[in-house]
Amino acid sequence: MPSLDDLRKRITSVKSTQKITKAMKMVAAAKLRKAQENAEKGRPYSEKMNNIILNLSAGVSDPQSAPKLLVGTGKEDVHLCVVLTSDRGLCGGFNSNIIKKAKNYFEKIQKEGKSLKIITVGSKGYDQLKRQYGKSIIENISFKESKNINYFDAAKVGNLIIEKFQNEEFDFCTIFFNKFKNVISQIPQAQQIIPLENENKDKDEKLESNYEFEPNEDEILSNLLPKNISTQIFKAMLENSASEQGSRMTAMDNATRNAGDLVDKLTIQYNRSRQAAITKELIEIISGAESL
Amino acid sequence: MDQFNLEIISPEKSFLTKSDTEEVVIPAIEGYIGILKDHIPLISFLKPGIIDVRSKNKTLNYYVDDGIVEFKDNTLSILTSNIFDLKEIDKNKVDKIVKDAEEGLKKENIKDQDRYILNQKIEVLNSIKSN
Repeated sequence: MPSLDDLRKRITSVKSTQKITKAMKMVAAAKLRKAQENAEKGRPYSEKMNNIILNLSAGVSDPQSAPKLLVGTGKEDVHLCVVLTSDRGLCGGFNSNIIKKAKNYFEKIQKEGKSLKIITVGSKGYDQLKRQYGKSIIENISFKESKNINYFDAAKVGNLIIEKFQNEEFDFCTIFFNKFKNVISQIPQAQQIIPLENENKDKDEKLESNYEFEPNEDEILSNLLPKNISTQIFKAMLENSASEQGSRMTAMDNATRNAGDLVDKLTIQYNRSRQAAITKELIEIISGAESL
Repeated sequence: MDQFNLEIISPEKSFLTKSDTEEVVIPAIEGYIGILKDHIPLISFLKPGIIDVRSKNKTLNYYVDDGIVEFKDNTLSILTSNIFDLKEIDKNKVDKIVKDAEEGLKKENIKDQDRYILNQKIEVLNSIKSN
């Protein structure tokens, strides 16, 4: 049985923890709104980009001469995985969910006897993967210094990937991130970016191909595809940051509630033992008086 | 004059939307193109240069680094990652871009196309500065 003093100390400490988690929840809520806004603002760009690429690739007649970024190298030996995580913890299952998804994929690839290369973006992902897959990690990028997510950071990652692709260091590239659905649920995603996978392959919509191209289709396509890689990564980063804040908000909300429950329980225990002590003292006094 | 829609989108946000543009001149990779209403559908990409947006009694000028242009159904969409208004130009920023471009030119294994683009960039920015 802890003494009254111990109980009092515990209650204060739980209460101050609760204050911290509450504050973190507020901060996450404010940041979430901004992150969500950014994610929404970023959508038109990637959608438009996708549209144009669809229109263009519909016009590519000969897959032999098409850019490799679109159709792949023809081999499938080396897989590059880009795992996007956050730089900060205390956000519930956010990072673990991405890592779990990525690990499943890694295992599948290794079982098939293909080799694996990993780029981690964000320090949490690196921390969780380095023990098991340390040898496969070829690059670890972190944008701790950038206050906001910006396109230039995404372009840095994109250019790195393209450079490696041109040096024929890999054949497939997949990115892992959390897609923001709502505050409570974020869905880990694996998206293949090289060769390009069409998200909506239903060709019911006949694409207009009476465009005038300047210069020719191939040249535009080979100029556009590298940009599209950066755009996809940027989109993933935006989704990720909204997810991170959402996840943190839920986690901190839960923590605050748990702390509240704990304080209630401890307070009852404190009052009980205080009452017990008083009763004990009374009994002692009364029995002392009776014996006289 | 007839009017058409213009949207300029950057990765971070929708930079500009207008529905009363009369003429837009864009720095396409093979030379400047002027676009009026009912232009045929067009896809092209940009080199560093200045976009001229002309509406009834106003002209807007923007500098772009690169980008993709699509014209369809009387809507001109410009996707670009680096754009700024010539009116709110920051001298130091321009100097920095010029310096970066000059550094890039010094590299030995540079491709002809990249060299062309960098030269364009320096030329355009220097002309902006002198104005």
